[in-house]
Amino acid sequence: MHRFRQSLAHVYMVLFLIFMLAPLLVMAGAAFNDSKLPSIVPWRGWTTMWFSEMVADERMMWAFVNTLWVALTVAVIAVVIGTASAILINSISGRIRTVLYGLMISTILIPGIVIGISTMILWTKMGNAMGTEFFLFNPGLHLSVLGQVSYIAAMVMLLVLARLQSFDAGLEEAALDLGASHAQVMRRILLPHLYPAIGAGAAVAFFQSIENFNVTQFTRGGADTLTVYVFSKVRAGITPTINALAVIMIGITICAAILYEVRRRRMERRMAQVEED
Amino acid sequence: MSAGIDLENVCCDFGSFRAVDHANVSIKPGEFFSFLGPSGCGKTTILRMISGFIEPTQGVIRIGGKDMRGQRPNQRPTALIFQNLALFPLMPVWENISFGLEMRGVSKTERRAKAEELLRLVDLPGAGDKMVSQLSGGQKQRVAIARALAVEPQVMLLDEPLSALDLKLRQHMRAELRAIQKRTGVTFIYITHDQGEALAMSDRVGVMSHGRIQQIADPREIYNNPVNGFVASFVGENNIFSGEVQTSAAGMASFSTPHGSFRARLGDIGGHKVAKLYVRPEHTVISATAGAENAIAATVGDVSFEGNFITVHATSDSGAHLTSEIRNDGSATVPEKGARVFMSFDAARASILQDANERA
Amino acid sequence: MQDLLRRYGTGLTLIMCLLVAFWLLMLVIVPNITLFEQSFRPYLPVSEVGGPRDTYSLGNYAKVFEGHITTSLLGFEFEFPVRVRTFLLTIWYSMVVAGLCLMLAYPLAYYMAKIVNPRSLPTLILLLFIPLWVSEVLRAFAWWIILAFKGPLNALLLAVGLIDDPIRWTNMGYTGVMIGLIYTYVLFMLFPIYNAIQSLDTNQIEAAEDLGAPWWKIHWRIVIPHAKPGIASGSVMVFMLSAGSLLVPSILGSTTSQWFTQTINETFNDALDWNTASAYAFLLLILCTLFVTVAMVLFRVKLSDIAK
Repeated sequence: MHRFRQSLAHVYMVLFLIFMLAPLLVMAGAAFNDSKLPSIVPWRGWTTMWFSEMVADERMMWAFVNTLWVALTVAVIAVVIGTASAILINSISGRIRTVLYGLMISTILIPGIVIGISTMILWTKMGNAMGTEFFLFNPGLHLSVLGQVSYIAAMVMLLVLARLQSFDAGLEEAALDLGASHAQVMRRILLPHLYPAIGAGAAVAFFQSIENFNVTQFTRGGADTLTVYVFSKVRAGITPTINALAVIMIGITICAAILYEVRRRRMERRMAQVEED
Repeated sequence: MSAGIDLENVCCDFGSFRAVDHANVSIKPGEFFSFLGPSGCGKTTILRMISGFIEPTQGVIRIGGKDMRGQRPNQRPTALIFQNLALFPLMPVWENISFGLEMRGVSKTERRAKAEELLRLVDLPGAGDKMVSQLSGGQKQRVAIARALAVEPQVMLLDEPLSALDLKLRQHMRAELRAIQKRTGVTFIYITHDQGEALAMSDRVGVMSHGRIQQIADPREIYNNPVNGFVASFVGENNIFSGEVQTSAAGMASFSTPHGSFRARLGDIGGHKVAKLYVRPEHTVISATAGAENAIAATVGDVSFEGNFITVHATSDSGAHLTSEIRNDGSATVPEKGARVFMSFDAARASILQDANERA
Repeated sequence: MQDLLRRYGTGLTLIMCLLVAFWLLMLVIVPNITLFEQSFRPYLPVSEVGGPRDTYSLGNYAKVFEGHITTSLLGFEFEFPVRVRTFLLTIWYSMVVAGLCLMLAYPLAYYMAKIVNPRSLPTLILLLFIPLWVSEVLRAFAWWIILAFKGPLNALLLAVGLIDDPIRWTNMGYTGVMIGLIYTYVLFMLFPIYNAIQSLDTNQIEAAEDLGAPWWKIHWRIVIPHAKPGIASGSVMVFMLSAGSLLVPSILGSTTSQWFTQTINETFNDALDWNTASAYAFLLLILCTLFVTVAMVLFRVKLSDIAK
């Protein structure tokens, strides 16, 4: 009976993996099917036509460039704000800490739609009130950036805060005691300790921004990001160019995964060797 | 109710590694039996095979004469006390203790009563509503014992349960465990790497090394009459001399070493000539004049005062390092550093042994 | 605060405080207050904003109750406000999705934490992560392909002989939406539970088994109570993501499966009635706050446990 349950668990794991991965295979397969509709049945023969059409799709290329810009900007701002908040939270205590911390974390749980609408309304209203045409107060991707930062900064904050907890505040005092200025302490002592978390935070922010749909959809004005563009394509006339895009994204993901796995195994072997020595 | 346990040719392999190698042991009902050995010797594997978490690769395990093959831990009449106790942190003490009864469908009032009864048995009356985290180390120990006893096991299996306690408490709990075992009459199988624990509590001890049971005997026998070099040196201290057996008669042999020729008890050395002589420090005598036999001329090095005994370190004229322990009973004369002395020992208390049997 | 000044000096402290203030005030608090304020104002042409008709009222919220539709529940047919229906169905199906995700993820989380060979675990996690890295819109799109009327799922089922006619999956009420949501968000349930179970001492499980517990009681009494924070955090995450999702219902839904976020989107982006959209968005926010609070009280976990 025990053995039976164990094999059942193995079967379940395989089924679950199929459930997670098969849709990606189907989507990738459809990119090579010579059919006007994205599907793998019926199979009408191999083609790479959809890839050339994708490259020719200027709107998609623009959307791609936009996405990168937005993601980069979000990563930079979110890292600055997130790191500052983490340091602030780490060195205060009591009720004010609880309130601030709760407020910061709750941003992760606010639905993206609410963030999008509220950001859009606030900034355009401010523009109307001041009667200015300055770009900041019009709809556009810069508002998407602000909206995305409002919750992605919290993710960075959590990562940096976790790292801060392993920081020995005595090091700061030692540096101050040796005559360093506060700015020098920050630059030479604290930030280097936080770099791994800041790097991870930047990566998370970057990918979260690429993923984002809800905030962008309500703030973008007329501009496209990749996600929004794919969405409009899926809703309107679909051609398998989207599948071609998917193949590339899955390809990048899998390459990154394989690289990571190879590196991990090499590290593991090296560790094993060190232990044997 | 207690049951005996028989292991017949039990082996356990993890991949190519043989953790337990042809274990044969017969434990009597109501016995307090310890497996003693260094870490990695296979003693925990034996315990886990008896409790049913690991199936033996070959061989038979019988509890109360019944073959346990294919029986899951929850179907065996055993209760295991884990090294880290594994008390359930989210349940109060009484629910911990009566967990086994809950699993058997016993009603709540009955369980509560039984838990109180067991808490009295382990000397913790009224602690039922506390949470596990509120207990001290020794109290947790008692709760773990009560939890295991609650299912009225025929065999209790204990995996170094005292190792996390400090010295004083450990010694107190030894006596306590022994008392509980006598009171309940349950067969106890105890795993430890601490020879003092094993010798003090057990009816019999099985000394293990490299997956093999080296010797099974009562504590005195283990200490005074070890079967091989491993048992002799794992349990207690020794002066060891390598050499060769010359002649032997009636269980005694004359043994020649670079440090002189000695007479000693001949252990089972399997027909070999080359062996080692083991002499316990407390079985030696330091004197100014040489005795009739087994005397080594030496110069006293360090003398360290340990309280109830005095350790004398000396170097023989032939260059061997010697250790001798003298009881601090006021009558013994303690040699000075640099003094010329003879260290001698009784032939009946020294053993000629082989190293532990190498694997076949 | 003194600690902050002492450690980082006046200048840096000021900069950090300003950054945090900008974030929390300009990006979080003020926008939400504006949203709240705006939701009570009527939708007017630009020329009339600030005019005599621009007064506070509950009019936008009242719109939720406009437009009736005939629904049947337990055999009774009755008229029901269409947006309230959408709102309630969104909550209901988000809960169903969270429940299904829990049922799917718990066995796998336990398997990963306690059964699988630890050497192959990193590879398994990596494989599970691949769909997470491919963007959400593409994941929904993948299921759009699979569930299409002439798509591979119907082709497969027809070939095996399980069905005689192809099924319109995306037209079967919320079926398509639920499949998509489960696929997209099940990992947000899996990893918190996995983390929780992983921290459970295996000896606890063995002790329970040794004391005679059958496997399901070990789960009920030992593993699930220990994994409760993970289950709470996973459930809240999946519920919030589902209720707030716009992509999946838009791509995998049909006219028979309106999601409340779609209603908001149409009001905001198609009807351009931002004020009413604000009212709806505020209702969604209230719902989420309520759900998180209830979950926190029920499972006795803290906000910080959920956000992780």
